Amino acid sequence: MSVIKRLPKQLFFLLIVKPVVYLLLGLNIYNKQRLPSQGPAILAANHNSHLDTLVLMALYPLGELHRVRPVAAADYFLRNRFTTWLSLNLIGIIPLDRQGQVDKEQVFEQCQQALADGQILLLFPEGSRGEAEELQPLRKGIYHLARSHAGTQVVPIAMHGLGRALPKGGSMIVPFNADVAIGEALSAEQECAPFMDQLQASLESLLAACITRRDARWED
Amino acid sequence: MDIGLPFMLDLTPNTLCAMLVVVAMLILASITQLLLRSRLSEDGYLELKQRINSWWVMVGVVFTALMIGPTASLIFFTILSFIALREFFSILPVRVTDRRLILALYLAVPLQYYWVGMGWYGMFIVFIPVYLFLLIPFGLLMLGETKGFIRAVGSYQWATMTTVFAISHVAYLLMLPAEENPAGGGVGLVIYLVFLTQFNDVAQYIWGKKFGNRKIVPAISPNKTWAGFLGGVATTTLFGALLAPWLTPLPWWLGLGAGLLIGLAGFIGDLTVSAVKRDLRIKDTSQLIPGHGGILDRIDSLMYTAPLFFHFLVYTTY
Repeated sequence: MSVIKRLPKQLFFLLIVKPVVYLLLGLNIYNKQRLPSQGPAILAANHNSHLDTLVLMALYPLGELHRVRPVAAADYFLRNRFTTWLSLNLIGIIPLDRQGQVDKEQVFEQCQQALADGQILLLFPEGSRGEAEELQPLRKGIYHLARSHAGTQVVPIAMHGLGRALPKGGSMIVPFNADVAIGEALSAEQECAPFMDQLQASLESLLAACITRRDARWED
Repeated sequence: MDIGLPFMLDLTPNTLCAMLVVVAMLILASITQLLLRSRLSEDGYLELKQRINSWWVMVGVVFTALMIGPTASLIFFTILSFIALREFFSILPVRVTDRRLILALYLAVPLQYYWVGMGWYGMFIVFIPVYLFLLIPFGLLMLGETKGFIRAVGSYQWATMTTVFAISHVAYLLMLPAEENPAGGGVGLVIYLVFLTQFNDVAQYIWGKKFGNRKIVPAISPNKTWAGFLGGVATTTLFGALLAPWLTPLPWWLGLGAGLLIGLAGFIGDLTVSAVKRDLRIKDTSQLIPGHGGILDRIDSLMYTAPLFFHFLVYTTY
């Protein structure tokens, strides 16, 4: 992609996304140095809010943004012409159709191509945003995707707090701090079951470190 | 003093001098840090470096705002209260149904500082303790969730009182009639309060490290000792008396009282936030300030010293 084509995306992040993420919200970031700046890599994050994608992308410097490709729900991000344009041009999503109207193979191919191009995929292995910021069962697609391109590292990332800033079905952002905890990269050069266990364990231990999560049992 | 620049109009020579002394102390800290490099472990050195760098940034931001003028200072304190309130709400067990009320409470921050900026003392002093006190439960009532109602009312009111109402007293010092305090002006009062509060934290820490033995409140903070507490309060009281004639309208014997008040209140404020963190089982309230933790970790003492010093000053002088 040429420099000129990257400019609108960089301006969008510089003028809108970064101010919202760093000034309106606030981030507690753990182990930022573990964030891969080069692909092929997959960021495997838990999903609480539509802000997740933007917050994770905002962690990257403007010059590296073009490498980050979120795999995001088509029914939300492509719901009208404006959001479609925004999502495809300014955010650069790979649309994933959760209702299964788009061929799964096609999404998989796009993801593989991105990895082959040395890009960084942003994936939410829970499949959908969970209820009340609880970790949902992880899907195995991420393992097969990571296997599809040799040398792909999978970086687990736990986030907490954005579900309060913009919960499911919410339409306005309320300022809250959020935690972003980055784990050590995992390799998919192993069997599926142990890999998924490692990913699950990593996300759980990262979540336990989140400052804003200590309230989890209050409503019991 | 008008030294011919478009800013710094509110700074008296004493105040400017006090600021330079603070900068000199920071330079001294940075030099000490470099000298200690070989004697500290890698991690210990990095932490010390982070802490001192953060002090530079904090002092830089506060001094810049104070030097530009009252409007810039009010904007600075508005942002400070906003970040502190957001931090408090972020660690509190907030119910998702309460988001609208939380949003409304954020709007109370600029309003409170607007009253300060207008110099409307009556509104400044009742807005949060009276009006919000009555409105918060009403707002929660309208949201219709009764489970956890009492806890929500109490914790939101407390968060707003500590981070907005208490901290706005620092800003109101700038609105007190400057002619009453020719030595230091409004900025001098702010520096006196904030410097002594932070100095008290450091003094208690150093006395505790050097001579600390018997723990004072082991259940809340294992690091607080009788020696740290008494030594710190005594040092702060002494400096309160020394600095009072220089920066405030208080004579030295009232400065003793102000110093004692700041020493005691700072200790209690520090412990209060420690108890909050114990309850929530967290170590820091956020990671905003490298080496220090969150904003609440830094201004915990100020939440207690600011209103007490303000009213002591108003009662004795204004």
